[in-house]
Amino acid sequence: PEDTFRAQLRDDPDVASAVAAIRALLGFLKQDRGETIQGLRSSLLAAIDTLSRVDSSVAVSSGGELFLRFISLTSLEYSDYSKCKEIMIERGEIFLRKVSLSRNKIAKLCHPFIRDGARILTHAYSRVVLRVLEAAVESKKRFSVYVTESQPDQAGQKMAKALRKLNIPVTVILDAAVGYIMEKVDLVLVGAEGVVESGGIINKIGTNQIAVCAKAQNKPFYVVAESFKFVRLFPLNQQDVPDKFKYKADTLKTSQNLTEEHPWIDYTSPSLITLLFTDLGVLTPSAVSDELIKLYL
Amino acid sequence: KRGRGTAARGRGPGRGERALLTGLCPQAPELSREEKLQLRKEKKQQKKKKRSEKGPAAEPAEPGPPSDPGQPRGEEPPSTPPGSPRPAGGKSKAELRAERRAKQEAERAQKQAKKAELGQAAAAAKPRLTPTEPQSVVKRLPEHVQVDDPAAQRKLAKKLERQQVPLRQDYGTKVNLFSHLHQYSRKKPLTQQMSIPSTVIHPAVVRLGLQYSQGIINGSNARCIALLEVFKQLIRDYSTPPNEELSRDLVAKLKPHISFLNQCRPLSASMGNAIKFLKKEISCLPDTEWPWLTKTPSLEVIYLREKILLAAEAISRSAFEKINDNDVILVYGCSSLVNRTLCDAHAKKGRAFRVIVVDSRPRLEGRETLRRLVRKGIHCTYVMINAISYVLPEVSKVLLGAHALLANGSVMSRVGTSQIALVSKAYNVPVLVCCETYKFCERVQTDSFVSNELDDPDDLIVLRKGQAQLGGWAENKSLRLLNLVYDVTPPDLVDLVITDLGMIPCTSVPVVLRVKSVDQ
Repeated sequence: PEDTFRAQLRDDPDVASAVAAIRALLGFLKQDRGETIQGLRSSLLAAIDTLSRVDSSVAVSSGGELFLRFISLTSLEYSDYSKCKEIMIERGEIFLRKVSLSRNKIAKLCHPFIRDGARILTHAYSRVVLRVLEAAVESKKRFSVYVTESQPDQAGQKMAKALRKLNIPVTVILDAAVGYIMEKVDLVLVGAEGVVESGGIINKIGTNQIAVCAKAQNKPFYVVAESFKFVRLFPLNQQDVPDKFKYKADTLKTSQNLTEEHPWIDYTSPSLITLLFTDLGVLTPSAVSDELIKLYL
Repeated sequence: KRGRGTAARGRGPGRGERALLTGLCPQAPELSREEKLQLRKEKKQQKKKKRSEKGPAAEPAEPGPPSDPGQPRGEEPPSTPPGSPRPAGGKSKAELRAERRAKQEAERAQKQAKKAELGQAAAAAKPRLTPTEPQSVVKRLPEHVQVDDPAAQRKLAKKLERQQVPLRQDYGTKVNLFSHLHQYSRKKPLTQQMSIPSTVIHPAVVRLGLQYSQGIINGSNARCIALLEVFKQLIRDYSTPPNEELSRDLVAKLKPHISFLNQCRPLSASMGNAIKFLKKEISCLPDTEWPWLTKTPSLEVIYLREKILLAAEAISRSAFEKINDNDVILVYGCSSLVNRTLCDAHAKKGRAFRVIVVDSRPRLEGRETLRRLVRKGIHCTYVMINAISYVLPEVSKVLLGAHALLANGSVMSRVGTSQIALVSKAYNVPVLVCCETYKFCERVQTDSFVSNELDDPDDLIVLRKGQAQLGGWAENKSLRLLNLVYDVTPPDLVDLVITDLGMIPCTSVPVVLRVKSVDQ
């Protein structure tokens, strides 16, 4: 499954890593030669584990877990194992289809919040945010975007290039200049790698700072995230986020002392977020927990 | 003697069957079951008439609470299918049907006429009420927060007299802001006003009430567990008298005991929920279940096991994930759940943590926590509540217990908890509350004044060097002593609530309540 996963990521750079993971899992499910449902579950769990070792983002693990829950949520009380497997594969296809459509749904929900003449601040490279801004351009709105450079991988430059292709006026700013630029912007729009139970988000490092500045200057802070990114974590502070999400998978395998590595993500608390746009609708941070209870219970 | 399904001889359906039996034996000294039901129905109708006469009814349009399944409604509706009762000898089915229908129409016309003359307001209020307020039930204030309202107190006195439960007198002058609450003295227990042995109250309940009022049994879980044990004994010693329905009579027998316990010490939210659950289960029992009640593990045991003990186990496991190595945990007072969590975490030997126990007068419950934790070998520090701003910079998290979780997410707990939450927020220390789901209640409270409990003010008197400070407080006209028991912490001061359903933010309490009510 890791090879299919890596192949998928290489072929289609536009697809979310979690979607690629789910596709790989579905392929794995189809090829599985087990005979029992329990066996299938355990092999799927092992597959999710190996996938998260390739790409340790939160979305892959949450997407995998939700996939597993979705396919096993039906009544699988058929005595014929192959029939059960068929049903699970069918549901897996439905899940994948829903997930691939989620970005468009979110774009449709979010672009009305961008008014004509708006100045938007965004952080690092997010494909969902890109899709939202694309939708806003299609509805003939004029706006300008500030993107943070987002060290250490300069993902902001990639975002700026993509935006220039859409003919949106974009300025790249230093991460340190967020406090300076905040008074000029009208709203902040970021993606998320994971949405936690409290309604907070886990995103590229630097997001927390932007949220704090936005709160201090009373600018709305919007988050766009698909529903498969909802994860059953509840961090109390930055330290409480598990290490396996903070660092890249390769670093986790090779490094001696994790305290010397620089974390890639941080946690933004729900009190700093105004609204979350997901394919389940437009939610306030406290509603996220309600949705999670519905999804997971 | 089953009145249902037998012939209705020429009278209107529904009432007819019971009227028939009263017609048969008008001088029966003992009322049969059906007659009792008939009497009850008439009383309710009279009450309804009285209420609608008084003014525009804000009362529920339904006669009698819809949550009373014990009442055999099936046989009551004025339009029973005419085919069901068997024809009496002589007349043919069709003729009987026609007769019955005529009677029905006559009665219906009568009822309409009565309604029309009882004022348009009542009838108009009903349709107005239903579209705008789907729940047309009026929530009355419980009497224990209406102590300064003489009408409510008179009603309570009458009710207690009827149930033969003594009324406890308030003690000492109260602070004006809390004059709507009861304030009792521990030196005058309720049992002094009763004859022992009491004919109405079971002795186990008397003992329990005394234990509550003297403070021997303390703490939300302990009180609930003791209550369930006593109820188990009560039910075991209970036998249905003849001509009574088990479900109704048992519930009616429980009521004076509950009033008695309420007089000894106001019921806690956990006890309230347990009683509600019990009453509902009992009223759903058909008569044939009687031997079942005594033989198999009764409802209380199941409730106890699932909602209290297993929930504590689940919470302890979830909370263990939140305790990290080299953590400094602050706890307040004595919560059985928090103590269990810490002892279990220590026993698992994966995490090295130390505990700071905060205590406050006059209850000094922290000493009990200290005793339990030190016995397990946990490294503890003991401070009084005035020192929390001194210790908080070194605390990594605060673990609190709760007495109840309200529907808007507020936490009701021992007085002093909201103070700790407030100061922790100022120092950016995460506050975790551990609470089982059976303590969630539908009430909403934004402050600590509306519904609280006043403890014995004499507890605040301190004996120092042989002199009782504040000893003569009753003589001083301008001095009032206030000994509050609970306070309410607003939801934005609490970071996380650990329940047996998982870890939820404070704002998700109404979702859990909704899910629970769907389950039941």
